[in-house]
Amino acid sequence: MSYTPRSKDQLAQRVARDIHEGAYVNLGIGQPTLVANHLPAGIEVILHSENGILGMGPAPAEGQEDYDLINAGKQPVTLLAGGAFFHHADSFGMMRGGHLDICVLGAFQVSATGDLANWSTGEPGAIPAVGGAMDLAIGAKQTWVMMDLLTKTGQSKVVAQCTYPLTGIGCVKRIYTDLATLECSPAGLRLIDLVDGLSHAELQSRVGLPIAA
Amino acid sequence: MINKIAPSIEAALAGLQDGATVLIGGFGTAGIPNELIEGLIVQGARDLVVVNNNAGNGDSGLAALLKAGRVRKVICSFPRQTDSHVFDGLYRSGRIELELTPQGNLAERIRAAGAGIGAFFSPTGYGTELARGKETREINGRMYVLETPIHGDLALIRAERGDRWGNLMYRKAARNFGPVMATAAKKTVATVHEVVELGQMDPEHIVTPGIFVSHLVQIPRVATQAGGLKKAA
Repeated sequence: MSYTPRSKDQLAQRVARDIHEGAYVNLGIGQPTLVANHLPAGIEVILHSENGILGMGPAPAEGQEDYDLINAGKQPVTLLAGGAFFHHADSFGMMRGGHLDICVLGAFQVSATGDLANWSTGEPGAIPAVGGAMDLAIGAKQTWVMMDLLTKTGQSKVVAQCTYPLTGIGCVKRIYTDLATLECSPAGLRLIDLVDGLSHAELQSRVGLPIAA
Repeated sequence: MINKIAPSIEAALAGLQDGATVLIGGFGTAGIPNELIEGLIVQGARDLVVVNNNAGNGDSGLAALLKAGRVRKVICSFPRQTDSHVFDGLYRSGRIELELTPQGNLAERIRAAGAGIGAFFSPTGYGTELARGKETREINGRMYVLETPIHGDLALIRAERGDRWGNLMYRKAARNFGPVMATAAKKTVATVHEVVELGQMDPEHIVTPGIFVSHLVQIPRVATQAGGLKKAA
């Protein structure tokens, strides 16, 4: 059987489908920001940006950019009616204090029990930079990861134990990938769904770890 | 009569000593007090410890202060950016020290300093290399890392509007670290684009009460990205 991996937009759509009405959500830098384009019509979701915004709206029209109104990736955004500004300690208090419902992050590796590695490849000589990654990873009620399941060389990014430097321990609840959606727990991985044409057995052999049905 | 409005940036920054810790507000293009950073370069203090979310972009502002060799150490969360070549060069050649801190711990460490907290346990970073060597504790089944406050000798922040008592309002996401840093330094200097009479700002809208502000300097609104606006409002 053959299968087609989810495209980046299809993956974003898959994540967006699981976001509920009224959720306070932080979308990490990079691929997770695509989720905003696919939120189900007709529901209200409030986006948080670490630099002190709730109710963040889409990018402004060309010429309307205001560089006092940017997102965590430093790109200009807009504010929805009902949105609010607050300072950095409050913003990270919202995360750390468990007030955000969902945080969607990219990752280099996730372990079966939900350890996350997404801030550093540990490459010698690289300049380390963490930003809000560690705060986000452990703060939200649910942390979801969105990534390709395999590296460019075909190795699974879902692993028994992360080899890259950790961002947080046991913090990832779900992994949305181009091939399958998985749940992490202290007991290991569980399958939520997989793309058409890919068998459970083949997925397990790609990941190299047991995945409960 | 209280009048915190300084005649110039030079006057507001006078007396800064070598070795001082300087908290500098801003995140990305928003809220960076570039005029005050330029004032620091002119003022001449050396051996500074700078606390900012980043470690400078391009060749101006914080990057220029670094390039002038005034900074011994940077405490920040995200030094590496596409145009952070000044910091990158200094770091790689061992001419600058870096204390990397998760962004929320950075904000809270500054908040703790302003609020008189001796130290606090944060769950952020537990089990990672950024918590290495730090005291940890299990509280109600969760693991935490002991984090210490970051006190400033000087805080430099960018606000939008202020009065002679030092009350401040901010503009949009340019607020970021400003209100927190203002509380955590022995001396806080803010730039504002507009100075108003006492009572003209609705007391319900004042974000930083003047008790946290030492000096205010009025600067023109610059219609550049770094100034916070692409087009003047």
